Amino acid sequence: MKKDEIIRVLKIMIRNKLSLLGIIIILILVVTAIFAPFLAPYPKQAEGQPNLEEKLQPPSSKHWFGTDYMGRDVLSRVIYGARISLLVAITVVGLGLLIGVPLGLLAGYKGGAVDAVIMRTTDIFLSFPPLLLALLISVTLGRGLVNAIIALAVSWWPWYTRLIRGMAVSIKEKPYVEVAKTMGVSNLKIIARHILPNAISPVIVQGTMDMGSAILEASALSFLGLGVQPPTADWGLMVSQGKDYLLNYWWYPTFPGLAIFITVIAFNLVGDTLREILDPRLRRRYL
Amino acid sequence: MKLWEYVVYRLILAFVVIFFVVVIVFFVSHVIPSNPAALWAGAHPTPEEIEKAREELHLNDPLIVQFYYYLGGLLHGNLGVSIRTHNPVAEDIGSAFTATLELILVAEFFALLIGVALGVYSAVKKDSWIDNASRLFAISGVSLPAFWFGMVLQLLFFKQLGWLPLSGRVDTVVMLEHPLHVITGFYIFDSLITGNWTIFQNSILHIILPAATLAMYPVGLITRQVRSMMIEVLQENYIRTARSYGVPDRMIYMKYALKNAISPALIVVGLSLAYTLVGAFLVEIIFNWPGLGRYATYAILSMDYPAIIGVVIVVATAYVFINLIVDLLQMYIDPRIRV
Repeated sequence: MKKDEIIRVLKIMIRNKLSLLGIIIILILVVTAIFAPFLAPYPKQAEGQPNLEEKLQPPSSKHWFGTDYMGRDVLSRVIYGARISLLVAITVVGLGLLIGVPLGLLAGYKGGAVDAVIMRTTDIFLSFPPLLLALLISVTLGRGLVNAIIALAVSWWPWYTRLIRGMAVSIKEKPYVEVAKTMGVSNLKIIARHILPNAISPVIVQGTMDMGSAILEASALSFLGLGVQPPTADWGLMVSQGKDYLLNYWWYPTFPGLAIFITVIAFNLVGDTLREILDPRLRRRYL
Repeated sequence: MKLWEYVVYRLILAFVVIFFVVVIVFFVSHVIPSNPAALWAGAHPTPEEIEKAREELHLNDPLIVQFYYYLGGLLHGNLGVSIRTHNPVAEDIGSAFTATLELILVAEFFALLIGVALGVYSAVKKDSWIDNASRLFAISGVSLPAFWFGMVLQLLFFKQLGWLPLSGRVDTVVMLEHPLHVITGFYIFDSLITGNWTIFQNSILHIILPAATLAMYPVGLITRQVRSMMIEVLQENYIRTARSYGVPDRMIYMKYALKNAISPALIVVGLSLAYTLVGAFLVEIIFNWPGLGRYATYAILSMDYPAIIGVVIVVATAYVFINLIVDLLQMYIDPRIRV
């Protein structure tokens, strides 16, 4: 993608009200995550310090989102939870790209048996329900944030491999690659200099769009007790802990769940518009 | 690739995947440290009883021998015996599976109804506020954490309004007073054909909230799919021709355009069927629905590995075959996909 094309896409994104909303929410989320210690009214409680005198207080001017079963300020914990969610989104997609992109490039560029082996492997991974795969890996490796991230990345990479392989196959046939080959440029250099830069942009777009789903699936793992462990402030875990208090202390699971929902919706709003702009079949709507 | 070659390829692939799943799940679940023999022997076992249980469960044999026993049983439809419930896993899964299936079918039915209506409407009113609202609704549907949305519905319809039951598949007391003659395992269907109206009404009240929670994701997918297909179809020449002939708008939308937009919607239903199968896990926990998800969760918590393996194999097999059928249907409907 060229520079002026990126600027044009950005302009369309900002003009569309829904995607603008998504961009604003994501920016707020990033700022919240970075400045969490300064924004949270009770940073110590967000890090897990109990405050047993104020157990399960309803929302008030002192605790906007109420307090949890250990008396900790839910707002502060929701603010700190933004850090975990962004961390999960970036690392899951990043790891997925790290595994998926080289394999896709290799499959597309080499072709033949290498291609067949890699692509059949992705077929196998894609035939398996992702959450179930993540569940199994988490059960095996043990509970915890790192294992949950690994589990999700393992079920994520085949999508990127498929995507970039398709791009690599078509770029490989381009005259400039042929010329580079006849001039004796090494395969590694051709992949790094020519194939990768030309194939990467749709993968980046896909990756951005996937961050919402990564947050959603990670929160499901946390909810099942297989992700982040207490006392860390994590949205999925807070909903899970608040589950038993739902009927009498509604604020406890409601606000962290709302945070997950709004974050995922923001990523999907941006992703949805991006897809409509970049999908050639729908492009005439915008261009 | 010819069509039949493709079908054969996909069938082989499906069996390879399932075999890998069996191998991986079997070995993975035997690596996890746990003491199934103690669980098997029951409460307060003596060392001799535990040793006897180890013998019965083949736990003293090498792992590969255990796998051989397991695979042999599997080929006869035997998934082993649950360490927690002491029932055959296949039997446990059978009854849980129909509970889950009932939930999924009801959810998908309403998802299709609402999704198609919303999709058509927002395509017809493209770029209006209604279109934007339905787009926002559709995106919300795919962004909702199901486990949380279920709780919100419980708060609203059980705690605040008192209209619907909190959880379960049917009230225990009602079930005792009006015993249901189970035929298919689908409570709504069974109570209908046996004329058990109390159970019929009770089970419908119970399924509304979990089905609504589960339906949100497919509603979102179907709305988006139908909308973009309808927009594409409405630009076609034959629609313009019909318009210029003075065919009423309603007929153009419902008869000409929808016919071409509905098959992709059905495909999405098929694809989301596999997804909801796994999504049901979370919903069942919230609503205490006696399906596969709840069974699997208990199995994981008590390290009941024959049950864990059984659930994973059954779900993965269902997932693989649903996807296979959907892909083949898709190729049949849309020849452009045949490569």
